[in-house]
Amino acid sequence: MKVRVDPDKCQGHNRCYVLAPGLFEVDDLGYAKARGDGAVPPEMHEKARLAVENCPERAIEIIEDDAQ
Amino acid sequence: MAPQPTDWTTDYDIFDKGYIKNPFPVWDELREQCPVAHTGRWGGSWMPTRYEDVFAIARDVEHFSSRNILVANVAPPPDADDGMGGELIQQYNVGAPPITSDPPEHTWARKLLLPPFSANAVAKWEPETRELCRELIDGFIANGRADGASDYAQQIPSRVIASMLGIPKDMAGTFTEWVRGFLELGLTDPELRRASGRAIFEFLYACIQERKANPGDDLISYLLTSEVDGEPVPEPHVLGTCFLLLVAGIDTTWSSIGSALWHLAQHPEDRARLINEPELMPQAIEELLRAYSPVTMARIVAEDVSYNGCPMSEGDRVLMNFPAANRDPRVFDNPDDVILDRAKNPHVAFGVGIHRCAGSNLARMEMRVALEEWLRRIPDFRLEDPEAVTWAGGQVRGPRTMGIVWP
Repeated sequence: MKVRVDPDKCQGHNRCYVLAPGLFEVDDLGYAKARGDGAVPPEMHEKARLAVENCPERAIEIIEDDAQ
Repeated sequence: MAPQPTDWTTDYDIFDKGYIKNPFPVWDELREQCPVAHTGRWGGSWMPTRYEDVFAIARDVEHFSSRNILVANVAPPPDADDGMGGELIQQYNVGAPPITSDPPEHTWARKLLLPPFSANAVAKWEPETRELCRELIDGFIANGRADGASDYAQQIPSRVIASMLGIPKDMAGTFTEWVRGFLELGLTDPELRRASGRAIFEFLYACIQERKANPGDDLISYLLTSEVDGEPVPEPHVLGTCFLLLVAGIDTTWSSIGSALWHLAQHPEDRARLINEPELMPQAIEELLRAYSPVTMARIVAEDVSYNGCPMSEGDRVLMNFPAANRDPRVFDNPDDVILDRAKNPHVAFGVGIHRCAGSNLARMEMRVALEEWLRRIPDFRLEDPEAVTWAGGQVRGPRTMGIVWP
């Protein structure tokens, strides 16, 4: 699983960063992006989904691994 | 006084006393029966109450301008629809950027304002905020009672923003009076609104002149010494932004802190949870912000448009009912219940889209610190008389007098 923040949608609410600081970082203006390449370790999957569900801008996308 | 509305879908009254105290049943009805209601009162407006509609309109900045964000227009029609009440804009020609800006001005004006309000930047103000809350509680704890609104909640944001602007904190009471005169009582009293707005502008204008001569480590100096595209920020812009900082951060956060105390005073189980599980606080703050969102903003229709069958004309006002959106059952399970650890909570208490509240991190910090300190010192408390609590509403909803007692 990977997470991605759409920079055109993010308005800097900081909700993802507060819920999952291990997965997201924010810049000086408050806009978020995924840490590193956005990879989400299995124990953080739930946090990633929470971040998606709490983003008021619907700016976060989860990309599931293709390999089943 | 105008008669009470009989049909809220076509004649709602955002200043109706019963509605201000308990707007929730009206929103529930409107959401199902007439999701975009209309009224001719207070200058006329449209009012969406569903989350999807509020979300869509807030993000459509092309059709819905922010040039006037006040929820009522009771003044004689001004020459320019400036959001500040005609005369002021003519005198100062500034507005309150970026809240009253549309792109492209909005883009650079917002970029300028965000850094001092980032989560990291506002963390610097936390110790001072905590100390302030402790002093306020020291002042009344022995009495066994206080007004949670006027003795506590009201005192916090005005002092913090005074500190950030580098203005003496003994001005805080005056600020609160001005801001209520502009944003609360002044919405139905054009004379008071004009006088309050002018007092704020004149005070800030003098501060700016003083800071130009003696720059310091404060927000006014930050704005004066910042550059946009290699040019200093124009002074009228600095004035307008300072106006925004003063007006936007006082009534709003005060109302959120007050509503949170109002809820906790009546819910011992939630108090116990926050005391026993302090790590829950950030999530609980979001839930209290959702359930008791204080702020409604307005937009102005930029050109004739049919929105979901509603014939909106250029210049019409649309009320962004963020509080009603945050209780929409289509998005939130059991929306009228406060669930401190609610998992799915994409609330729009701070708005949505490019006008997301720039002070949201500051508001959250103040709210968290205010509740932490209160619960630490006064873990067990209740409303003195629930019926005696008074509320303000319209632009900003929250308790204004609220006797609280403790053992």
